[in-house]
Amino acid sequence: MENSGGFSFDLCKRNGWLVEKGIVKPPSFTKTGTTIVGLVFQDGVILGADTRATAGSIVCDKNCEKIHYMAPNIYCCGAGTAADTEAVTDMVSSQLQLHRYHTGRESRVITALTLLKKHLFGYQGYVSAALVLGGVDCTGPHLHTIYPHGSTDTLPFATMGSGSLAAMSVFESKYKEGLTRDEGIKIVTEAICAGIFNDLGSGSNVDVCVLTKGHKEYLRNNLMPNPRTYVSAKGYSFSKKTEVLMTKVTPLKERVEVIEAGDAMEE
Amino acid sequence: MSIFEYNGSALVAMVGKNCFAIASDRRLGVQLQTIATDFQRIHKIHDRLFLGLSGLGTDTQTLYQRLVFRHKLYQLREERDMKPETFASLVSAILYEKRFGPYFCQPVIAGLSDEDKPFICTMDSIGAKELAKDFVVAGTAGESLYGACEAMFKPDMEPEELFETISQALLSSVDRDCLSGWGGHVYVV
Repeated sequence: MENSGGFSFDLCKRNGWLVEKGIVKPPSFTKTGTTIVGLVFQDGVILGADTRATAGSIVCDKNCEKIHYMAPNIYCCGAGTAADTEAVTDMVSSQLQLHRYHTGRESRVITALTLLKKHLFGYQGYVSAALVLGGVDCTGPHLHTIYPHGSTDTLPFATMGSGSLAAMSVFESKYKEGLTRDEGIKIVTEAICAGIFNDLGSGSNVDVCVLTKGHKEYLRNNLMPNPRTYVSAKGYSFSKKTEVLMTKVTPLKERVEVIEAGDAMEE
Repeated sequence: MSIFEYNGSALVAMVGKNCFAIASDRRLGVQLQTIATDFQRIHKIHDRLFLGLSGLGTDTQTLYQRLVFRHKLYQLREERDMKPETFASLVSAILYEKRFGPYFCQPVIAGLSDEDKPFICTMDSIGAKELAKDFVVAGTAGESLYGACEAMFKPDMEPEELFETISQALLSSVDRDCLSGWGGHVYVV
């Protein structure tokens, strides 16, 4: 049971029964109600994402990372259920790594795309990951969107997540062919900001990733439009100490220094 | 009612200067009826690594047993303790395996690395990791804990101050939550 791999369904019956009995509601998961975008510019691809993770209406992470590593030349933005986007990108990225060891060549974006859509289509939309995949390989720059059901698009500019409409409004009015790197970053940042300020599921900071031939630049927190300015510098002080009923002190074990001794092992 | 509210719990972990603290309440209930007032939700994995499990009591105990088993196998094979980051990935993988029929628990992991660098992290019930630099919360008192911690937390606290802050945050939050309470356990490492 332990190492068979794949999903395990042994709690499904019990959990379904609990819901059916009306004792409980089915649980909710951490979502990344998100704005993620990507565009093709003259030398490559730029990806962008906000950094808010939510559980219902609670913000559970104010600065999470939504641009995931796939390969040295390929990155992927994820929206939807946080665990799914994380798991699916990690899984495909290790498949790509193994494929690179096997072939000794740089990974292609189309390979990542096929692996991702195959997995998502297989689970018929139950693995809810909406992705923007971008990268530069030997056949040039590529940008794709992947929907949770496994359908894909190939586009010069793309948006995904709950803030996709706000972000697309920026792209539709400002995108043109042959943008320079700085123009591209500016439009991507603007699109993410549109999501951050107009979509409640998105918020906090802007992450950007620029991929060009043989080079990548990950600009974590490229723009921080929502700094925490309302907190007192002195912090909080307590007039009365907490009542302690029992204290137990356990000293940590001393670390053992290992000194190399004796003859070195033969090669 | 959500299944996460069946037994009630409050869990919080905070980072200080070369130290961390993890705290929980002591109540185990069945909906509004209190069953026990000395319940353990925080478990020691090894000297420098603690695991708190909020949510449905039966699942937290099953999950704890599976994690201890996997950690012991690791110790036997590797002859060393797990790093907090490694342990977090293990918990995440075990939870995500049950993506379509999850354990109803939300873990909080707190540990010190070999260089005394603190690490804290929480997850949802299907293993979406949330790494934080300051504090993490879980359980039915989670929302009030967010409020208390946002106001009370300061970066780089010494152990004594960290203990006072986490205790005050925990106690003021459980007072606003019917489903958790009866004092708390605090571990400072």
